[in-house]
Amino acid sequence: MLNSTLASLSRELAAKKLSSVEASEYYINRINRLSNKYNCFITLNEELSLAQARAADQLRAAGRAQPLTGVPIAQKDIFCTKGWLTTCGSKILSNFVSPYDAHVVERLNAAGAVNLGKTNMDEFAMGSSNETSYYGPVKNPWDVSTVPGGSSGGSAAAVAARLVPAATGTDTGGSIRQPAALTGISGLKPTYGVVSRYGMIAFASSLDQAGPMARTAEDLALMLNAMAGFDERDSTSLRRDPEDYGRDLARPIAGLRVGLPKEFFADGVSPDVAKALDEAIAQYKKLGCEMVEVALPNMALSVPVYYVLAPAEASSNLARFDGARYGYRAKEYADLLDMYKRTRAEGFGAEVKRRILIGTYVLSHGYYDAYYIRAQKLRRLIAQDFAAAFEKCDIIMGPTTPTTAFKLGEKAADPVQMYLSDIYTIAVNLAGLPGMSIPCGFDGKGLPVGLQIIGDYFREAQMLNVAHQYQLATDWHERMPSGILSEG
Amino acid sequence: MIPYTAAFFKGFYRGFMALTIDDVKRVAHLARIAVEEAEAKTALGQLTGIFGLIEQMQAVDVAGIEPMAHAQDIVLRLRDDVVTEHDQRELFQAIAPQVEAGLYLVPKVIE
Repeated sequence: MLNSTLASLSRELAAKKLSSVEASEYYINRINRLSNKYNCFITLNEELSLAQARAADQLRAAGRAQPLTGVPIAQKDIFCTKGWLTTCGSKILSNFVSPYDAHVVERLNAAGAVNLGKTNMDEFAMGSSNETSYYGPVKNPWDVSTVPGGSSGGSAAAVAARLVPAATGTDTGGSIRQPAALTGISGLKPTYGVVSRYGMIAFASSLDQAGPMARTAEDLALMLNAMAGFDERDSTSLRRDPEDYGRDLARPIAGLRVGLPKEFFADGVSPDVAKALDEAIAQYKKLGCEMVEVALPNMALSVPVYYVLAPAEASSNLARFDGARYGYRAKEYADLLDMYKRTRAEGFGAEVKRRILIGTYVLSHGYYDAYYIRAQKLRRLIAQDFAAAFEKCDIIMGPTTPTTAFKLGEKAADPVQMYLSDIYTIAVNLAGLPGMSIPCGFDGKGLPVGLQIIGDYFREAQMLNVAHQYQLATDWHERMPSGILSEG
Repeated sequence: MIPYTAAFFKGFYRGFMALTIDDVKRVAHLARIAVEEAEAKTALGQLTGIFGLIEQMQAVDVAGIEPMAHAQDIVLRLRDDVVTEHDQRELFQAIAPQVEAGLYLVPKVIE
């Protein structure tokens, strides 16, 4: 069962060769032995998990099973989960037991999936290395001296270490794709508006989007089928007909025009990543794809634009954490203002405070037009670049990250360095496009490399098809880190 | 070809923006975050680096471009004016730091 996919577990459960309780116990046992080594979970609750597993087995016995009924998954700790501690990786929510479920949690529960735990993450999803978590850094199963990426680093490490076959993630500037790339798994950020943000603790509302993280494209399709859907309670949720995201998996991809943005293959890419990318492109040519050069001339602006928009929206969203109604409250304070100030000073970590300060500054009197409005205008230019590129190609490919996993602590002291590790992923969020990362090789040190696939709006099924065809021809997604068999 | 290196971003606009320690303290007050002197100094250095990156935006001509908030340029929906939420005060107050008689307690604000 160690290297099982979600799809194969689903088939075994359907054939009644395996019960949900058996599958869940297998993974719970692995989690109990190995999760401390990677620090990838914040909260485990065997009792709640096994109760869900038993309920799933009863549903199946009653003939009411769906594809995900009884399969074990994990939830990123950004999703409010009723009865579960939901911390968002922050001290300020370290005592917050959610009184309600996020839409994504409701949907996966309704599909019968079994939640095995809440995964570690960068505090409020602000980070690219999982080092900003109040609960300590997550370690990359491929090399525990390196980071797993962030912010969905706990979900990525848990899937990579085979502690769970799939997990949820969220992606504001690359937080699904970058950790997927650094841990050798597959991850998909859907088109903005496809998955409801209700109950997903807000970071930057115009960019935040939830998506699945798993081993294969086929598994991502299964997860997305359950996660996507219109929700009245999210004002930006899009009303669209339900789709089967796995409907095109088997379609041949000969004749597909793949756009390669020249900006993605410039100086910043490390030689190891560039080499793996070249080989992936050669593989796609073998599958009959045609390579087309495209340009995204404003891509260099995406990092500065993001570091105006995301902190601005974060400073507004995080104003709600005041110690009055829920969460952490400072022990000592002189008056109400002092209570707010000390609660927030003690409750937020350094990176979150930094971003609140940037956001408050750019939104403050006299600066709004120069920063926020200007950034929104540049955002349109970036989206228009993609629209022009998609006139010449069907899908875009490039690296997910400039380098493979970096060392723990390597970039922690220099925020600008850290921000630049998301250079290839951020533009996709700004444009609201769907993007994914799949494993496409290793560097000289044995660390995984990710291939980024970017689709036009609502082309998730096509992207999953393109990824699946590659995974039929290669075995990068089957590779396992050697350390995941022992506690040591 | 654009060299995406940290040195490029940091070097190009270094010193363009002159944030002061008073700016940091003023913004921290607006954001309701208490800062110690040493913290403010560290933050100043880091924020100056980040604004060096952000200032790159000023080099582009944005005349005539409409700001973009949502890729689909959707219009926000209006919901029907009906009651959708029922009273869950006890559930929500069960996780509050301090409550009394159904009220959230905070330090006295009116003498």
